[in-house]
Amino acid sequence: MLSFILKRVGQSILVLLITGLVAFSMFTFVGDPIDNMLGQERTMEDVERLREQLGLDQPFVVQYYRFLEQAVQGNFGVSYRQGRPVAEILLERAPATLELAAVSGVLAIAFGIALGVFTAIRRNGIAANVIMSASLIGVSLPTFLIGILLIYLFSVELGWLPSFGRGETVDLGGWTTGFLTVSGLKALILPSITLGLYQMTLIMRLVRSEMLEVLRQDYVRFAKARGLSDRVINFRHALKNTMVPVITVIGLQLGSIIAFAIITETVFQWPGVGLLFINAIQFVDIPVMAAYLMLISVMFVGINLLVDILYAFIDPRLRVAA
Amino acid sequence: MTEPVLSIRNLTVDIPTRRGLFKPVENVSYDIRPGEIRGVVGESGAGKSMTGNAVIGLLDPPARIAEGEIWLNGRRIDQLDAEEKRKIRGKEIAMIFQDPLTSLNPLFTVGAQLVETIQLHLGLNQADAKKRAIDLLDRVRIPNPEERFDQYPHQFSGGMRQRVVIALALCSEPSVIVADEPTTALDVSVQAQVLDLIKELARERQVGVILVTHDMGVIADTTDQVTVMYSGRVVEQGATAQILGAPQHEYTKSLIAAVPRPQVKLHRFPQVSYGGRETTFKIEDLARNWDRSTTSQSGTLLQVEGLTKRFLSKGALLPSRREYFTAVDNVSFDIKDGEVFGLVGESGSGKSTVARMIATLYPVDGGKITFDGEEMTAMDKEGIARYRRQIQMIFQDPYSSLNPRMSVGDIVAEPLIHHKILPRAEVGARVRELLDRVGLASDAHRKYPHEFSGGQRQRISIARALATQPRFLICDEPTSALDVSIQAQILNILKDLQEYLGLTMLFISHDLPVVRQMCDRVGVMRQGKLVEVQETGALFENPQSDYTRELLDLMPRLEQLSEEEFAGLREQG
Repeated sequence: MLSFILKRVGQSILVLLITGLVAFSMFTFVGDPIDNMLGQERTMEDVERLREQLGLDQPFVVQYYRFLEQAVQGNFGVSYRQGRPVAEILLERAPATLELAAVSGVLAIAFGIALGVFTAIRRNGIAANVIMSASLIGVSLPTFLIGILLIYLFSVELGWLPSFGRGETVDLGGWTTGFLTVSGLKALILPSITLGLYQMTLIMRLVRSEMLEVLRQDYVRFAKARGLSDRVINFRHALKNTMVPVITVIGLQLGSIIAFAIITETVFQWPGVGLLFINAIQFVDIPVMAAYLMLISVMFVGINLLVDILYAFIDPRLRVAA
Repeated sequence: MTEPVLSIRNLTVDIPTRRGLFKPVENVSYDIRPGEIRGVVGESGAGKSMTGNAVIGLLDPPARIAEGEIWLNGRRIDQLDAEEKRKIRGKEIAMIFQDPLTSLNPLFTVGAQLVETIQLHLGLNQADAKKRAIDLLDRVRIPNPEERFDQYPHQFSGGMRQRVVIALALCSEPSVIVADEPTTALDVSVQAQVLDLIKELARERQVGVILVTHDMGVIADTTDQVTVMYSGRVVEQGATAQILGAPQHEYTKSLIAAVPRPQVKLHRFPQVSYGGRETTFKIEDLARNWDRSTTSQSGTLLQVEGLTKRFLSKGALLPSRREYFTAVDNVSFDIKDGEVFGLVGESGSGKSTVARMIATLYPVDGGKITFDGEEMTAMDKEGIARYRRQIQMIFQDPYSSLNPRMSVGDIVAEPLIHHKILPRAEVGARVRELLDRVGLASDAHRKYPHEFSGGQRQRISIARALATQPRFLICDEPTSALDVSIQAQILNILKDLQEYLGLTMLFISHDLPVVRQMCDRVGVMRQGKLVEVQETGALFENPQSDYTRELLDLMPRLEQLSEEEFAGLREQG
């Protein structure tokens, strides 16, 4: 088991080194940072001096090493546009995105699994068929359109929920949270539905098909022959067996909830890292883009490492094999 | 005479289909008394399992009980509602399924599954339920029950799992157990142990047992009463000795005649002639086109020397800390040109691994394989391709060895195209010819595997194997998934192939009577080692090793039949 985890950690580090390389090469290949930093009025001496000062005259490998060294310590440099350290800006923005992602992730998993099990058990029921058809909409409508439709319905027409922003937030020692105020919670509803809808339908359809497969297995039949009730069979025996493939997908999807919050954040003007990234692209604010890229890849890799370890928790056969 | 615990009266099950009502079980009646074992025998589709399912209330809709009554301990149970039927299941009637590998939930410990069932039926608290669970494991003779309690199903062998399944069935002292082919998936030695256990339970706890099987040997060995079913109906029933000794119905007679005997070697397998569904196998046509120009010089076609295979059993980062399991340990034998060489042994003895190494499906870890004087283990890529063309394999499970998404025509055409044996334009004609010769209908090539029965699928496998005109055929348990009647057909086809085409065969089986009929020489494997190689007759009459003797003793036999009666039956059949 330990060697299995070590192997996975090793692979994760390799992935991070490669994304780090991509992030770093943006500095070198997307425009010249010196051009960005010094204005129109500059002398060749200024350029040379700054190049030396920033270590840009060093070989590529040395520069990459320094970049990694700084990145590990949380130092991603200074934003071209705002003139503040990138780490500081990210820390300020991260709570908004993480809270949004957490709420929509929980919604997607809870409703996805519950509806998946329901539609599998009542395979031929009317409600199950309606849900299955409706889920097609969730998969096929683009996120921004869902967001706009929700805003139109609940903010413009009904006026129940705010159409943009986080509402009032409370600062808890550097972490600004929207969970503690009514307006903060209300502001979370529409964006988190928009963000989680696609993942929810995906999880639901996956749980359903896995569940149908498991319900055909001999051990389910044998459980029936032992006289166990349907509830125990469905939720204890069958559901656990569907979890291995479902967790794989949930892992990947949670990563993409954070990564692709960009669109939702744009539609709802949500002050998170996604919106920050979009603005950074508009102004070619490369330190911010690089840091964002690193942040997302760390999250992806971390979540998937967790998923691999969870497998062994669920399936005892993997524990012995590993 | 004691009152029956279970009584089935004129039971009819029907399934509405587009073409009207289909009746898989029609007008079946039998009784089970306490402590009695009733065998229900017949080919697949005869309705024997369906009857068991109807009794325990697990008919899959749209199948339903159309007529008849089922009485359990003086109470009529066929009309109970779903919830009341569920309460009887596992408590008063328990069930044992065929495949112990799949009837336990892999994600829960054996103990958790036992405790769950015990608590459900007996309402004990956790500690008492655990005590009873360990007691049950002990009673089905699982060693170290306390330790085993916390283990998962995959940590048990097939036979041990079937014991766990029996323990689960016994949780609340049921009065009837329906055992649906409980030993079909098990080895001879494990089968004998499980059957002994069932006999003991019936005797000591006075449980009535319905034993559904297609194995006449098991029936003869285990049951008190027997019911013979054919296409949903009971054709004959009565005391086992009487039915097997003096069968009245034609179907029973031919079924008994079709059982392979370990005592004598016959030229052909007697087939179940009843019902007239024998299909023709046009061996002469096939022989006419067969390219037999190549025969080996030395008379020995395949030589295996010191063959070894190890599998990684415990992985580790450091190579020195890895642990290996030796599946095949220094095995040597040779197979003469035109010979059928048998390999027998329990599952896990390494016989299939040997076959897979010869077929190049597993890389060889040690030793060498020589085919027709050329060392396969030293061949280059082209040599291997040529070698593969001459060696074909027929697998055990005709359901999983054919790609369900490919038409039968494409399946048979694949080896022809892969080995570039024929120009594309001629492939279609050859495929149809091959399918015709193994006795499949003329439109078979357009259909898909699921449209065929088990026996027909195994014919497709044979057609596929013959497509490259191989010299050497590996048959890995080719009939163990099939009924007696279909088994006889397939084995006769294989015999014909050997006789008319001079094919050399490696025949792997755990069914000793079949081996006796098929093979010229037999090797016995145990735990990766070859313990004995002998001429078939000599092996059965005068085994050299203790292990072979043990295996032969465990064979279920049709002792009720004397040789003369059997000879008489054969003439009628």
